[in-house]
Amino acid sequence: MPTGKLDDYIMFSSGGQGGQVLVIGLPSMRLLKVIGVFTPEPWQGYGYGSLETQAVLEGGFAKGKPIYWGDTHHPALSETNGEYDGQFLFINDKANARLAVIDLRDFETKQIVKNPNAINDHGGGFVTPNTEYVIEGPQYATPIGWEYAPVDQYKEKYRGVITFWAFDREKGRVDVARSFQIELPPYWQDLCDAGKKVSEGWIFCNSINTELATGGIELGLPPFEAGTAQRDMDYLHIINWKKAEELVKAGKAETINGIQVLRLETVAQEGVLFFAPEPKSPHGADVAPGGDYIVVGGKLDPHVTVYSFQKIQDAIAKGPTEKDEYGVPILNFDDVKEAQVELGLGPLHTQFDDQGYAYTSLFLDSAVARWSLGGPYRQDGWKLEGKLPVHYNIGHLAAAEGDTVSPDGKYLVALNKWSIDRFALVGPLHPQNLQLIDISQPGDKMQILYDMPIGIAEPHYAQIIKADKLQPWEVYPEVGWDPLKQAVDPNAPQAGQERIERRGNTVEIWMTAVRSHYKPERVEVKKGDHVIWHITNVDRARDATHGFALPGYNISLTIEPGETTTIEFDADQAGVFTYYCTEFCSALHLEMMGYFTVQP
Amino acid sequence: MATVFESEEVTVKVGEEEIRTTLTTFLLPSLLLMLGAMLIVVSIFLPYWQMTLKAPQYPKGLHVEVYVNKMTGDVREVDGLNHYIGMPKLEEAAQLERSFSVIALVVLALLLTAGVFIHNQWAGVLALPAILYPAIFLADMAYWLYTFGHNLDPKAPLSSSIKPFTPPVLGEGVIGQFRTVASLGPGLILAMVASFVILIGLWFHRRAYKPIVDARKRQARRMEARRG
Repeated sequence: MPTGKLDDYIMFSSGGQGGQVLVIGLPSMRLLKVIGVFTPEPWQGYGYGSLETQAVLEGGFAKGKPIYWGDTHHPALSETNGEYDGQFLFINDKANARLAVIDLRDFETKQIVKNPNAINDHGGGFVTPNTEYVIEGPQYATPIGWEYAPVDQYKEKYRGVITFWAFDREKGRVDVARSFQIELPPYWQDLCDAGKKVSEGWIFCNSINTELATGGIELGLPPFEAGTAQRDMDYLHIINWKKAEELVKAGKAETINGIQVLRLETVAQEGVLFFAPEPKSPHGADVAPGGDYIVVGGKLDPHVTVYSFQKIQDAIAKGPTEKDEYGVPILNFDDVKEAQVELGLGPLHTQFDDQGYAYTSLFLDSAVARWSLGGPYRQDGWKLEGKLPVHYNIGHLAAAEGDTVSPDGKYLVALNKWSIDRFALVGPLHPQNLQLIDISQPGDKMQILYDMPIGIAEPHYAQIIKADKLQPWEVYPEVGWDPLKQAVDPNAPQAGQERIERRGNTVEIWMTAVRSHYKPERVEVKKGDHVIWHITNVDRARDATHGFALPGYNISLTIEPGETTTIEFDADQAGVFTYYCTEFCSALHLEMMGYFTVQP
Repeated sequence: MATVFESEEVTVKVGEEEIRTTLTTFLLPSLLLMLGAMLIVVSIFLPYWQMTLKAPQYPKGLHVEVYVNKMTGDVREVDGLNHYIGMPKLEEAAQLERSFSVIALVVLALLLTAGVFIHNQWAGVLALPAILYPAIFLADMAYWLYTFGHNLDPKAPLSSSIKPFTPPVLGEGVIGQFRTVASLGPGLILAMVASFVILIGLWFHRRAYKPIVDARKRQARRMEARRG
């Protein structure tokens, strides 16, 4: 990739426990940006004084308790007709059951919603084919509604809860009032995917603890790792979300902690929820491009199991005879299974290309398996084509547009958990290794092109979008732009209207920043004053970003061309404070400073 | 019979030619003058002068287009850069000229149109401002470029490193890390074409009406002589 040439694809990768999103160009594997999401991020001035970013972070506080990190897992690009449309990106925080909305016009986080009834999540975010809902799947069962119940009451009180966050595309926000949840048995639902095309209106989630294991190794009970692996089969959850939506509209939901919840008995009886057996403790539930097949990785089983959506529909029509102990209908495994393909050890996640191939990560084998889909995809289907060793311990994998209705092929990225000896040693904590793989040749020909160390956290899933689908802004559209409202703030400072006003003990400042000065350059207040300080970057040149650092007050802002932002604080420390520009904006950047004097 | 027939034919032929000659002689100058007027009116809507500033940090360059009544392009950015060398804002240049330019050009066009109805040397006098107009525009442009380049604020950040200068009216110049390229805009080119068209129009105007004017003069002189 020559210098100065732009990438064909952009990959949005989870930033793992860094609570961020990584933006990486493909095929160069250049790191383009780290978007602050659940974690304050000083470069973007995210969470260091700016009221707008603070409001976003506070949206994710748990019952008022500040949370300043997140374990980001699954980024989900907004879709139109099952294709990425490049407008929004969603990502979950597994640790705290939260979902964030990133606007891809400015690549900034606009909203964080805290799930009111779940303490953690996993199988999200992922979107319905037209982004009607962003879905946040559960993981470890807890008492619903954030209540207390002893672990002994696991079977009776503990539940999974899957959340359908309604997305208002116009406003670019999740609309909690229209959102709903479905109560599920405490089976540790794991990963989910939305049906598309023929299976639009349905979602599919695997689960790993139908044993209802509750751990207790210290009591001599089987640890979770063994307890969850006792039965031969767990259940693929098959959920009719269109039907669920109808039930919510018909008033069959109960409001718990401000969100509508369809109770387990309702969804079990009303034909919303069905189970299909799957080899025990699997991983991944990935829908093929046509929506016709669902692939579940065996994890502890060397196969991927492929379910036919048509067969699922036939089995539902026929009427399932069996039920689980919570009353959920169970479909017969042989009725709904299309194929099982033996790939190797530890099959986890599956992606697709434009040639009818599927790619499955093999964690234990440290390899990517390419196999052919059958049915309408390839004549010689349902067989392993070849394997490519990767380095090492691959988790997710991402192919170019590989989970949409029309995958592109060409590139695949292996998100390896361990790098061991692939990079210079930098101490015991090793970087992760994202490997770029050329998948443009048929059969078993796959080639590793590049190793990219990730030295900030452990990425989980990633999505790869064609670069020209993104239409980001070069600068904010107008001067005085509030990125939270995505509109001009009428109160934003404008050139020529800079001023300082005092009202009692409140001092309000309207400041502009332009290469290479702030106006005003002297701000004087008295100790104890309440300070409201608006700053607009009135520059219009691409990349003419200004920073604003105020020492002693934990304030760091980054103000992009046109942007306006506000800080508010009590001047509780007397003295002379030098504010200055933290972005090297111009030859006279060092002179871009001012004095904030606080009289004792 | 034959003679009469032939003579009739000849008469008809002569009539057609006469009409054709009259059309070429008298219509052409009017058309050319009106074309000149039209070009001037159209030029109001086009940039007259443009400047591109090239520097490493502006890969697409900065562009300023000057119309007779406004400036467009990266004016704000250029102003922002100019503050470092103490140059006034571009908006402050030629404010008076820009305020009356559109009316002035419409008047120029009307004067040209008047030439269509005035069949003597006064048509040429009325057309003179339109002919000279492109040169006047460029002279005014040069005046403002000189004025701006020689009235730099001595307290500006880079006042000690940038000496007063005149940005070129046309062609290339260098200021700091910027290479500037100034060129004629389509509006000014149209105005120049208009000047040329008007000159040709006046030449035909003279060819058509001078004999008539001269003939009238001769007749007047003869009448005078007879009376005298």
